[in-house]
Amino acid sequence: MIPAPFEYVRAASADEALAALAEHGDDAKLLAGGMSLLPLMKLRLSTPTVLVDVGRISDLAHITDAGDHLAIGALTRHRELETSDLLAKECNVLRSVAAEVGDNQVRHRGTIGGSTAHGDPASDLPAVLLALDATLVARGPNGERTIAASEFFQGFLETVLAPDELLTEIRVPKTGPTGFSYQKFNRRAQDWAIVGALAIRNGTTRVALVNMGATPVRAQAVEAALAGGATAHDAAAHAAEGTEPPSDLNAGPEYREHLARVLVRRALEAAGV
Amino acid sequence: MDVSVTVNGQPQRHDVEPRTLLVQFLRESCDLTGTKVGCDTSSCGACTVLVDGESVKSCTMLAAQADGSSITTIEGLAQGGLQHPVQQAFAEHHGLQCGYCTSGMVLAAVSFLDENPNPTEADVRLGLEGNLCRCTGYHNIVQAVLAAARSR
Repeated sequence: MIPAPFEYVRAASADEALAALAEHGDDAKLLAGGMSLLPLMKLRLSTPTVLVDVGRISDLAHITDAGDHLAIGALTRHRELETSDLLAKECNVLRSVAAEVGDNQVRHRGTIGGSTAHGDPASDLPAVLLALDATLVARGPNGERTIAASEFFQGFLETVLAPDELLTEIRVPKTGPTGFSYQKFNRRAQDWAIVGALAIRNGTTRVALVNMGATPVRAQAVEAALAGGATAHDAAAHAAEGTEPPSDLNAGPEYREHLARVLVRRALEAAGV
Repeated sequence: MDVSVTVNGQPQRHDVEPRTLLVQFLRESCDLTGTKVGCDTSSCGACTVLVDGESVKSCTMLAAQADGSSITTIEGLAQGGLQHPVQQAFAEHHGLQCGYCTSGMVLAAVSFLDENPNPTEADVRLGLEGNLCRCTGYHNIVQAVLAAARSR
């Protein structure tokens, strides 16, 4: 399968990428690692006429201690997250979940920014960013703006990024040592999560769900139950509340709701709740 | 567009369409057909090659993205007439049945062992999760990779 024809533009810097986006508008699409976009283009589900390759903008590939938070360049690859000593020390949940994305080959190419900007509710990392209340930094023709992770994901493959904006940085809190667990349920090890559940225990307990709606979601009813003193077992019974899980070849909504309850319970227990 | 890469130590420069996939470039422009197209959806790993030493699925990378890189395919693993230790281990432990997944499996294993020189059996199974063998010959493949690790 071969993508539809397109014009290829390689951006050497964020400025060049923004200039290319400004020139080509809605017809252009940014290419980072390509692990999500290229399969869609091969299936002709996405047919951009201009592909702006940002994969080599090296100053957007870094994990930096920024004092009260970690600043992660949008083009940092999963493999770099997975092997980062800084992440292991300051935000191990992100390092650990990055190691669960796809397979080795995918993690060698895929980037945190690409995965986030793609906005697929079945992706692993967006749920982490949501649970951590991460801040996303985007640059556009009018300069830079910051966006809360809770406001970033708008719908299936849809984010608040404008067509002329580039996601440049992801800011995550330094959690220090925490209890956490990511329960990813799939049929083959490398597959997308049919459902995923992430629990982070750090003072309060945060719970996020993968593939339980058009966007990654927080399991607010579970979090509220825990805050009210419920046990992990009882709180997990609320996991599917307020969700609108998709239906596909792997599972219908009812089965996904069941999975969410089971996986949240396992995640909470493994996180030490 | 012009794509210039080094493949198995040899410079390769070809004028291709921007939409050319790396696997097409290797098979059709470089005439190196050891790299296989299996599922063509980045699931099976048959098309795995090394780009700057790291395993990637060449069906899900544009040749344009690899421009300037150094690529190793199965044809480039042997050195001076001697098979690579992973190739030798696959032969000794019969780590293949029909052989279709083998070139991708071997290159995925080379990259994996580079990153994990002393793996457990569980590490190997997880490390090769991106490569499928339709013959289900995993047992001997895993034994081969473990043997290759010991021989290094």
